[in-house]
Amino acid sequence: MTTIPTSIAPEPKRATPPELVESDVGTIPQWRLMVRRFRQSKLAVISVFILIILYLCALFATFLSPNQYNAQDPNRKFAAPSSWTWSGGPAICAERQYLDRQALEFKYKADCGHPVGIHFFGEGFKYKLFGVIPTRRHLMTVGQGQKLLIWGADREGRDIFSRSLEGARVSLTVGLLGVAIGTAIGATIGTISGYFRGRVDTALQRFIEIILSIPTLPLWLTLAAVLPRDMSVTKRYLLITIILSLVGWAALARQVRGKVLSYSSSDYIAAARAAGSSSKRIIFTHLIPNSTSHIIATAMLAVPATIIAETSLSFLGVGMLPPAVSWGVLLSDAQQVSTVEQYPWLLIPAALVVLAVVCFQLVGDGMRDAVDPYA
Amino acid sequence: MLTFVIRRFIYMIITLAVISFISFALINAPPGNALSQKISQLQSQGATVTGQQVAALEKQYGVHDPWIQKYWKWITGFVHGNFGQSFSANQPVSSLIWGKLGLSIALATGSLLIAWALSIPIGVYSATHRYNMPDNVVTLLQFIGIAIPEFLFALVLMTLAVKYLGSDVGGLYSSHYQHAGWSWGKFVNLFGHLWIPLIVISAGSTAWLTRVMRANLLDVLGQQYVQTARAKGVPEHKVIWKHAVKNALHPLVMTIGTTLPLLISGEAIVSIVLNLPTTGPLLINSLLTKDMYVAGALLMMLSALLVIGNFASDVLLAVIDPRIRLGE
Repeated sequence: MTTIPTSIAPEPKRATPPELVESDVGTIPQWRLMVRRFRQSKLAVISVFILIILYLCALFATFLSPNQYNAQDPNRKFAAPSSWTWSGGPAICAERQYLDRQALEFKYKADCGHPVGIHFFGEGFKYKLFGVIPTRRHLMTVGQGQKLLIWGADREGRDIFSRSLEGARVSLTVGLLGVAIGTAIGATIGTISGYFRGRVDTALQRFIEIILSIPTLPLWLTLAAVLPRDMSVTKRYLLITIILSLVGWAALARQVRGKVLSYSSSDYIAAARAAGSSSKRIIFTHLIPNSTSHIIATAMLAVPATIIAETSLSFLGVGMLPPAVSWGVLLSDAQQVSTVEQYPWLLIPAALVVLAVVCFQLVGDGMRDAVDPYA
Repeated sequence: MLTFVIRRFIYMIITLAVISFISFALINAPPGNALSQKISQLQSQGATVTGQQVAALEKQYGVHDPWIQKYWKWITGFVHGNFGQSFSANQPVSSLIWGKLGLSIALATGSLLIAWALSIPIGVYSATHRYNMPDNVVTLLQFIGIAIPEFLFALVLMTLAVKYLGSDVGGLYSSHYQHAGWSWGKFVNLFGHLWIPLIVISAGSTAWLTRVMRANLLDVLGQQYVQTARAKGVPEHKVIWKHAVKNALHPLVMTIGTTLPLLISGEAIVSIVLNLPTTGPLLINSLLTKDMYVAGALLMMLSALLVIGNFASDVLLAVIDPRIRLGE
């Protein structure tokens, strides 16, 4: 049978506008042509910037968070996001405690008559920047007794904004790392399969078909559920990454095989073979460098699916588990509709998931169009 | 044609055999066997389990058998519709699975039909009206449709439905129809509950298939026979629907193989969020309680569903495209 396309067929290339037909196409390096083509896609360029910002946020998470991500606060369970106001600078409304006589419990109400100014680069909780530089400085802090809850608080009174930043560290890296491992496996097997052809190829292709015919999510769920629940956060993180890549490599291998297959029948490979190059030399000096850009573009397109997978697994309670924080773990607090209805800010981390995934998708699309700059 | 079908059929059987090995390996993967959990469960209920009883149970379940013998026992039972015993529900796995599998298949098939019914016209419109406002809106919606995780979409849609439509969502029926007999009212009620899962499950695939359809049709529209048809003076709508779309549909049939896993995974996760009695919630519960015989049987069943779906799409493709049945 014919191979099933695993990614959307690229759109036919638009005709190059006349002002872009340049004479230096044959003289400048290929990567510069690719960058030039990539820049033509505005959405992809914007997405790159957004992703850089997201990763910087993850890197500087502790500096940007006004509160410790795991500090509980029994007085601020499900506290609403702080309301912003202006008083000689950005400020938030003070929280005032009052007694709800019907429910007989203390509740908090924003009192915008008494704005609390935001201090920039003020002192807050102690932490180590990049894990080495001890400091107390934070981007935004508020005075004693008040709490800056930009995106509200969860059921334990923990700051959702700070938790989202901390969660970004896991959620944004699991995808990249998982895809990196999957790409390494996929590229190796795909190259072997495409170069040696014959029985090896048939056997590998059948094997890949079998892997692809197990529904991904149930397989991921089962694999993740097999992990003991009491392992350390780092160990679990690594194992989840490996599980995600174990399933993802098959599709990549298939695409790499297709590319290698078309390259290995080209004239310059035949020339190299005629000149007496060994298979090893042909693979490492001709095939791999030539398909690298395609491999990277395909890998980029696999990142969003991996991010979604981690989020879904953690949401269902078999991926990352508390006390680890990831976007999926944060969203697992929002499983009940009644909770979401009452405290809609619990869903804010979801916006981050969607943002990151859309950006990766657009960058991947842009790269796929850019890797063939001579077209 | 017959040799083609037979060859695909043999591949299908081999694939299922390999998947059964994987499922079986996963059943036996968690530390401690199912029996020790059963025993600790009995002990926690206050029963005293003597060494003799343990030995008897071990013999009954064949704990010390070599794995190939265990596998053989499991797989022959599987063929006869006996999937082992659920330790947490204390009943045969088969009685837990069948009804739920039916609803899973119904939801996946329903969403596939919806995805096709929507993506073909939208894709055609998008391709014939390239880069104008509606096309850009569709492209944007497609990106979002692909990017939103299903569970999130289900959650948001459900919250909105509760808030603005005031409908009770989640589950299959409202509470007062739960045990009532079949009636028109119950039927309507069922549909009132099913539209959210159907929309959510089909959203991602619809978005994806629309993109595939658009790209395919753009490819076909650039070909010479389309130009020829236009030059002959064939009306544009006929050029598109009779000449171009017909040929752009083949890749869409091929993508059943990639759409089906999406639908099955989507169905599982959406049912968990919406609390529908399908295989999804059963799978996650059995995984969380380490009830591995149920989990293994479900994984096997869902894979079989996918493999059979792929087989069907291969045969369908061979029927509509002579190049495939003659080429191999």
